[in-house]
Amino acid sequence: MSWHKTPIALMAKALAAKEVSSQELTQYFLERIKAGQRWNAYLDVNAHLSLEQAAIADSLISSGKSSRLTGIPVAHKDVFVTRGWKSTAASKMLANYVSPFDATVVANLGLPTEQNPHGAGMVCLGKTNMDEFAMGSSNENSAYGPVLNPWNAEHVSGGSSGGSAAAVAAGLAPIATGTDTGGSIRQPAAFCGITGIKPSYGRVSRYGMIAYASSLDQAGPMGKTAEDCALLLTAMSSHDLRDSTSLADSGEDYARYLNQSWQAGSSSAKPLEGLRVGLPKEFFAEGLAQDVANAVQAAAKALQDLGATLVDVSLPKTKLSIPVYYVLAPAEASSNLSRFDGVRYGHRASEYRDLSDMYKKSRTEGFGAEVRRRILIGTYVLSHGYYDAYYLQAQKIRRIIAADFQAAFKQCDVILGPVAPDVAWRLGEKSKDPVQMYLEDIYTLSTNLAGLPAMSVPCGFSAQNLPIGMQLIGNYFSEAKLLQVAHQYQQASDWHLRQASEVA
Amino acid sequence: MQWEVVIGLETHAQLQTQSKIFSGASTRFGAGPNTQACPVDLALPGVLPVLNRQAVEHAICFGLAVGAKISPASIFARKNYFYPDLPKGYQISQFEIPVVVGGQLEILVGDEVKVVELTRAHMEEDAGKSVHEEGFIGPHGEASSGIDLNRAGTPLLEIVTEPVMRSAAEAVAYAKALHGLVVWLGVCDGNMQEGSFRCDANVSVRPKGQREFGTRCEIKNLNSFRFLEEAIQYEVRRQIELIEDGGTVVQETRLYDPDRQETRSMRSKEDANDYRYFPDPDLLPVVIDDGWISAVRQTMPALPAQLRAQWQSEFGLSAYDAQLLTQDRDTAKLFESLLALVDKSLAKAAANLITGEFASALNRAGISMANAPLQALHLAPLLKRIADGTISNKIAKDIFGILWEEALAGKAVSTVDQIIDAKGLKQISDSGALEAMIDQVLAANEKSVEEFRSGKEKAFNALVGQIMKASQGKANPGQVNELLRKKLG
Repeated sequence: MSWHKTPIALMAKALAAKEVSSQELTQYFLERIKAGQRWNAYLDVNAHLSLEQAAIADSLISSGKSSRLTGIPVAHKDVFVTRGWKSTAASKMLANYVSPFDATVVANLGLPTEQNPHGAGMVCLGKTNMDEFAMGSSNENSAYGPVLNPWNAEHVSGGSSGGSAAAVAAGLAPIATGTDTGGSIRQPAAFCGITGIKPSYGRVSRYGMIAYASSLDQAGPMGKTAEDCALLLTAMSSHDLRDSTSLADSGEDYARYLNQSWQAGSSSAKPLEGLRVGLPKEFFAEGLAQDVANAVQAAAKALQDLGATLVDVSLPKTKLSIPVYYVLAPAEASSNLSRFDGVRYGHRASEYRDLSDMYKKSRTEGFGAEVRRRILIGTYVLSHGYYDAYYLQAQKIRRIIAADFQAAFKQCDVILGPVAPDVAWRLGEKSKDPVQMYLEDIYTLSTNLAGLPAMSVPCGFSAQNLPIGMQLIGNYFSEAKLLQVAHQYQQASDWHLRQASEVA
Repeated sequence: MQWEVVIGLETHAQLQTQSKIFSGASTRFGAGPNTQACPVDLALPGVLPVLNRQAVEHAICFGLAVGAKISPASIFARKNYFYPDLPKGYQISQFEIPVVVGGQLEILVGDEVKVVELTRAHMEEDAGKSVHEEGFIGPHGEASSGIDLNRAGTPLLEIVTEPVMRSAAEAVAYAKALHGLVVWLGVCDGNMQEGSFRCDANVSVRPKGQREFGTRCEIKNLNSFRFLEEAIQYEVRRQIELIEDGGTVVQETRLYDPDRQETRSMRSKEDANDYRYFPDPDLLPVVIDDGWISAVRQTMPALPAQLRAQWQSEFGLSAYDAQLLTQDRDTAKLFESLLALVDKSLAKAAANLITGEFASALNRAGISMANAPLQALHLAPLLKRIADGTISNKIAKDIFGILWEEALAGKAVSTVDQIIDAKGLKQISDSGALEAMIDQVLAANEKSVEEFRSGKEKAFNALVGQIMKASQGKANPGQVNELLRKKLG
């Protein structure tokens, strides 16, 4: 059985029917991880611990105490802290750091325990590679080397959740967690040809997620199908008293609309009848690769064929989302990363003259170039005399961007556009010019600034056979509806089922 | 040149809560290093702050007590700087929108009541503590300092005044009044040795009559009223001498050295940190609606200022007595329970007893008012017997002493009447007996009588003293005076 090609929705049925055990599944993926090291998707694997969890999951299944996802293996982005696996955020600063507690996401998905009786019972396969502290769009900023794209090893996987995307695409995990601050779930999902969703801000607890930009960070699932993402998101999200920004009503079944038509009573041939899909003109303007434009237009046509109506909308401040994001995110990051000072844990320089020298050397040695760059930018924009001109101004435009979305949602139910201007670029191609790299985030940043849910769904391939993703953006708390649209699209398309030829 | 002193105080009062302001760790003082620091206090990767509701309620309570405005939505900000005892690299504090805005506090300077205007009060977390001792080794074998994070995250209310105080004495009076109030309200334990209440003083001087303020210096971390007074006095002298010698005051932060009784420069404005304040994205605005405010109001005790005003008008107490009686809640409570047992006309006597004999007995024994061995029910009969003329004030003091000793020794406390009877302390008010006594004394002190008659009023007092002595203090002094005048007249 090719379990690596099996969506978790089917895997769950096989486990429940005792056609396979969690230990067998876990062993299967651990072997694939070992054989697939070339992608550099994982930073830490602990086979013994994974199999131990699988054995407990099997006993839960056999004693009838299992829930829907019990026994299914999952990989966690290294930004989530875990007991038993190192949590480095792909930084030298946290090399060998092991957390004394599990992130809420990890606990929610993990085995049920006394403190966490509602744990989903999934088995942790290990920690996936990422851009250092989630800062990057190509995974080339990892202190432990870039993740290679399973569709073409000369290309980047996208970032920052590149390890999770590549792990799912290369069949090294059935599903994985990611985080998205400015596109870090959606863009690598698009580059690797998988499905991912960034929920509304506050749906998933940030407790135990190593913070990059607190007001933008949001965790979400990365899987083969919209259905898989719906199942994982249902288990991930919760109202967490340890996260003040977590939403009070987060416990919902995100899979509840998947197999329904958009309107009651529509014909099965036109399940999306009544759905208004908005196409923002700014998302199809200059800078968008022709391959990508064609694929997304074709996807729009496919939705139309399923009964949806297409409408033109406008998000006039789209371009400003880049400077706004690259002021606000570094500002928060510069403060969030201050705790990495070499005093209590993490990297400390081996020699230093005094306290100030210790800070400087430890942080210069421990952080990579992009992280240092963003700390510098963030420190600058918060400084006395610049705060009003940069930080406050950016906050004002952030509110305007959010208002633009609300205006657009008066005309449509979901917004459709590309995830990124182009497909995965060659390794090193954009590394020399950080601004060039920042421009790649143009279609994803605004939803983080507004706090909206958005997802990436495979919708085609470029001329060089690299995956293309379409982006679906919904209004606040409309995840279940977004997933419904994506699921209906995936019932009528097979882009998400394609496998890279290099992945056996 | 005549100089005017300008002082503003910033006081850090530790809010009395079970757990820290943003974590569940205990705030108990004196535990072993780092035993009360949880992952949130240690700023481990991935942790987030969650605001302690009790800390907010204490802040509301304080705000109401000083007649301030409670902000409907105050904001926590991050104050960024690096220091080893600051685990996150930033302190969570309130900056642009504090929870308490304005307010005022009445203070008594000499016997003059003065109002100190408050600027604001905001919630924040305390930092940890650096321990500079031998024997700490870093990860590479290097000599290091120790860090104790037990105090990190302890809730503080920083209370800031306008620059309205004009002397060290006023500053101390304010600090004492504030201390009394926060302890009274139960929002702070007021323990200054443990650092629960500490002041920073902003001090400047200007020529009398000048409107603009002089350049100020901030003296940090004054944790006793005496240090506060000494530090300000020193700093005022230093600044005046500096200016009179042709120098200029430099804005800076200074530390007070109690051993040398001087302030020393800690850091100048130039190397002051740029704290890069910005709203903390991990915390929501602190929304306080009218319902919450009135719920807090209902749990508040009557305020000292209210009691003072009430007692002054109702019982005719002096401002000074009222001040002494409202020093703390236990003293006020004792006064109130005593007044419930005796007539209103005895209020002044009750005040004298509490602030006099009772207070000094407590003081001598080193006992707090809360743990006093005697209660109102023991003291009330004493006041009654003075009022009905059974005993004199002097005898009352002796009886109090007996009651006190019994109570302190843990014995059953006698009643006042038992003591009067047993020791025969009843006041002699029988004029026949008194006259006999007076005659005897006059016969034995002919010289004094002559002196009085030749106009020396002092001699009269000497005679009264002799008569009281002869009666072993039991003679009714009023009557003695009256009878003696008649006889000599």
